[in-house]
Amino acid sequence: MSSSLTRRSPGSRVSSPTAQRSRGSLTRNNLSGWGFAAPFLVFFLVFLVWPVVYGIYMSLTGKSLTGANDSMIGLANYAEAFADADMWRSLGNTLYFTVISTVPLVLVALVMAALLNVGLPAQWLWRLSYFAPYLLASTVVSLFFTWMYNPQLGLINDSLSKIGIPKVAWLNDPNVAMWAIVIATLWWTVGFNFLLYLAAMQNIPAQHYEAASLDGAGAWRQLFSITLPQLVPTTVMIVLLQVLASLKIFDQVYQMTAGGPGGSTRPVVQYIFETGFTGYRLGYSAAISYIFFGLIVLVSVMQFVITRRRSA
Amino acid sequence: MATQTLNRATLGTSTSQATRQPRKKMTAGKIAALVVAAVIAFLWLVPFAWATVTAFKSETDAASPKISWIPPSGFTADAFVKVFQDGNIPLWTWNSLYTSAAITAVTLVISSLVAYALSRIDFKGKKVLMTVIIASIIVPPPVLIIPLFYQMLALHMIDTSWAIILPQVIHPAMVFVLKKFFDQIPRELEEAAVMDGASRMRIFTQIVLPLSRPILAAVAIFVFIGAWNNFLWPFIATNDASLLTLPVGLQTIKSAYGIQYAQNMASALLAALPLIVVFLFFQRQIIKGVATTGLAGT
Repeated sequence: MSSSLTRRSPGSRVSSPTAQRSRGSLTRNNLSGWGFAAPFLVFFLVFLVWPVVYGIYMSLTGKSLTGANDSMIGLANYAEAFADADMWRSLGNTLYFTVISTVPLVLVALVMAALLNVGLPAQWLWRLSYFAPYLLASTVVSLFFTWMYNPQLGLINDSLSKIGIPKVAWLNDPNVAMWAIVIATLWWTVGFNFLLYLAAMQNIPAQHYEAASLDGAGAWRQLFSITLPQLVPTTVMIVLLQVLASLKIFDQVYQMTAGGPGGSTRPVVQYIFETGFTGYRLGYSAAISYIFFGLIVLVSVMQFVITRRRSA
Repeated sequence: MATQTLNRATLGTSTSQATRQPRKKMTAGKIAALVVAAVIAFLWLVPFAWATVTAFKSETDAASPKISWIPPSGFTADAFVKVFQDGNIPLWTWNSLYTSAAITAVTLVISSLVAYALSRIDFKGKKVLMTVIIASIIVPPPVLIIPLFYQMLALHMIDTSWAIILPQVIHPAMVFVLKKFFDQIPRELEEAAVMDGASRMRIFTQIVLPLSRPILAAVAIFVFIGAWNNFLWPFIATNDASLLTLPVGLQTIKSAYGIQYAQNMASALLAALPLIVVFLFFQRQIIKGVATTGLAGT
């Protein structure tokens, strides 16, 4: 393929694709190939591969931030983690959040995109309103929502009381707090999925719609018979991206509830952070990181198998 | 998927809507859609509006249990003045700006170089390299915080901007976004240059890169927004108040101001402003960039 790119030496009589296999150009290709890859590789090895590998080593030691016990302790950290109720709880919270956040984050995005795809006036206004929150830092979102969730001074309780709903202790009630975080997360990040859906919808060939409207299909009929069926692959991909994103939840929880009340919202990333930096137990923290990593790999493999089966 | 998104640059143009669905009279369905779209937009704008109103209140009005959209003692910019006098927000904005710009620049350079090699050069070990980079997409950044922190300690980089910047420049998914784009550039364009004896680096910088502006912009936007808003890693990597990025700085303000609601909202708005302004100017490019890289990111 790239034979055309390989500069042929002037005296070379070989012009077939085998030319590139001549020793000279092979070496040249190897040199330039690795040369172009080198800058990335350096960063990749130092800041990704090395931490992944060193993290595994750390997880097998009793390493702590206070410098004590660097020695190998085998799988003791893992054994401890599997018996650690707090770790299981934080994993459970993470999964709970992932399950209850993914559904609205995909459905609301789909509704938003479908609405705009109808061809409404003032497109830019709707796009801007739905997407703008995605540009905010988690801290800004958390400030906004902590303020609105404030039990006494908050806008949300005040609005609800006007329609006769009693005050809710949004971030202080263990049964409600996770839902409060889901609402804030929905507001914050749904715009990303919305854009992905909108892009996919606008890639559906216009002829499909033209043919349908000639047959007398209205907007709703077109939505259900053309748009939605064509969006299946996009939906699979958005769900996949969303699940993986939701599993990594940390910022907004840490900032809004700090994991409370009573650990009811603490996700596993926060538990990793706390055991490492507040509890100073780097080795143990690394072990939990890898259990979490294992979960992510498991979910990815499951999704990969499911998508494969679909497309096969 | 990426190819389609790129070829049809329809996203963000209003004409595409017109060609797709011939604009007829507003049907009942369209009006219903408009109403629902407006209700959602209203809900999505309320937090901004409420934060803005609060930021322009006096602290007394903000802390009053009586909710008011028009404060009893009138609007005031006191909270903004106080936040500015504090001086931290401009400093943190600057920190966020240059760290994010540095991350974006380094990412673009190293990713496009390696993507070019993966797309165009047949070299030994290419398949292995490709597999390793693909596999690394699965590594969730939170898993790395412990070993990375330890590494930064060893390198004496904790509490320097290097610690914030360096680990954030690796975006394996973006390497593949770029590679897919390079794959589409017709090789014939390069052949003439090859005949003239141009080096690979010359071909890359003078032919491939100029043709790749749209995807480079898309990747830049995606990486920049991500870096600008990243919280966890900068939060771990720095304690020095003069080095904090906006998101991390805000977190410290929140605890410092405590119940200064107007000041909290004023600083949140000031922090939100830069990206929102940039968005208003580059709406189309940003939307396209996020959609392209987001779709192609898998």
